[in-house]
Order: sequence, then C-alpha cells, then structure tokens
Amino acid sequence: MKVRNQNEEGEKIELQMTPMIDIVFQLLVFFIMTFKIVSQEGDFNIKMPLVAPAAGTPDDLQLPPMQVRLRAGTSGQLAAVTLNDKTFAIPGWEEALRLDIIGVIGDERGPGSIQETAEVELDCDYGLRYEHVIQAISAVSGYRDDAGNIVKLVEKVKFAPPRQAGE
Amino acid sequence: MRVTKQTSGGVLEGDLTPMIDMTFQLIAFFMVLINFTQSEQHEKIQLPDSELAKPPEGPVEFPITIHLTTEGNAIIGGNEIPIAALNPFLVKERQVLMSQNKLSKDATIVIRAHKEAQTGRVQELIQKCQDNTFEKFALRAKEDVGNNP
Repeated sequence: MKVRNQNEEGEKIELQMTPMIDIVFQLLVFFIMTFKIVSQEGDFNIKMPLVAPAAGTPDDLQLPPMQVRLRAGTSGQLAAVTLNDKTFAIPGWEEALRLDIIGVIGDERGPGSIQETAEVELDCDYGLRYEHVIQAISAVSGYRDDAGNIVKLVEKVKFAPPRQAGE
Repeated sequence: MRVTKQTSGGVLEGDLTPMIDMTFQLIAFFMVLINFTQSEQHEKIQLPDSELAKPPEGPVEFPITIHLTTEGNAIIGGNEIPIAALNPFLVKERQVLMSQNKLSKDATIVIRAHKEAQTGRVQELIQKCQDNTFEKFALRAKEDVGNNP
C-alpha cells in the first residue's frame, strides 16, 4: 500500500499533535488521581449453623473441639489466652498456641487425618478487640513455612455462644 | 540569562516521540492496575492484619458484605444501621436469593469488621444473620506484609 506523506506540491503534511497530547495528559492525570494501592484481603471461613447437627454414632477419630479462651482487659486488649486448661504468656502467645495445635494434630494430612477433623472453638470476652480474634484464628489455622507457603492446621473454627458485656 | 535567537528563519520543532511513548506507557500501566473492586470497601473500616489472609482462588458464590464499625454499627448496601435493625435488609437479601432459586444457606456473609470493634458485636452480627437462616460466614482480614514479627 502506498502511503503518501507529501501533498502534490511536495510540501510536508504536519499532524496536529496538540489535541492528542491534551487528551493523553488528561487520561494520565485521571489514572494517577484514581490510583490507589490496595493491600490484598482474604477470608477466614467459619460455619455457624443455627441448629447443632443431629447426634449420631460418635466417630472415633473425631476430637472434641479444642477450646481457646480469650480474655479481655479493661480497654479491650488481650489479657489472657488459654487452650483447654493451658495458659499462655501474652508475649509470644500466638507461636505457643500454634505449637500446641501442631502437637495435637500432628504432621499427618489428607483425608481421614486428625487435621481434617480437628475443630477449634473460640470463647471470647464481649469487649475483646476483634483483631485479637483474627490473630487467634490465624494461629490455629496455619502458618507460613520458610518458603512462604501456607501450611494448614485446623480448618474448622467456630465461636462459642457469645458472652454478655461485662461477663 | 542570555537567550540565543534563531539563526535561520525556520521553525524549530521538538521531537515529541519519546514523550508520547512514555506517556502511553504510563497510561497503559495505570489502566492495567486500576481495579473497580473497591465497592466492597469502606473508608471507616480498617481490617485486622493476618499473614494467612490471601485472596480466595475462586469467587465467593453469593457474597453478602456487611461492614462493622468501631461503634458497633453495621453497614450494608451503604446504609449504616444498628445491628438490631438489620432484619429488613437480610430479608431482602433472602428474597433476592429466592428469586434465583437459591437458599440462604448458599450465600456467604462476608464480615468486614474494624480491627478495634468489639468481638461481642461481631458475634451479635453473626447471631442476627443466623436468625435469618444464614450459615456460612467469612471473616475478612488484610494481608500482613510481614512487618510484624
């Protein structure tokens, strides 16, 4: 295809760049102004059916739910953490809780393993800050190994019946 | 400062090509990165951090997003209301599900609670949804970039 870039008299045809540059800069300014760095979000799934499942033949492999108790201080900060009857020191409680969970469920994974059926019940004070609940769910749900991969621990997490304010 | 005038009578033209190249690359960069998923977010809500918070591999089926503020109010569909007043909104969501031949147990309630909200309020919210026969809940957290030990 022959492309003509000169008119019949041999003069150069000049493109009007100004409108295009105007629009391009407007687009650029729009994208810069609306650009927002958003950190990734993820979900922790919990299943809370209103009616408890019907009692059937108890499964030998089914562990009773591990009770994690989170007590709040006066301003909602975390004051005490217990797993069943074991109390953890507040500095480093997440790691200690995670190690205890690993000790219970072991290394076996896959269908029929303890890890698959293990369940954690969170019993929290009313005034406890929600971020501590997420910390506890993170501690029992898994951890990241040295390669950055997520190793799953307990996948079934539920809440105990709510406590009243000041209870 | 001395400004040199043109020696010849011709018009000097700057070469615009590199600038236009760069500008188009910038536009392409911002166009690729722009996301329109901010409708789920709310400026009053600051999510708690978690190192395990990763986006789900597939889209959540029938998500119903409810925000919870530090004051303990719920935000659903842009309306900030007390938790006790959530019933009409949840009934409406159920009707939408029924119109699509789905049950409320098929929906997932995505709870985006502020990190300083009271846990009791979160549980009240869950209970209110349970009263409306919702069963599946997802507690949303923000990915921890690893600054915390």
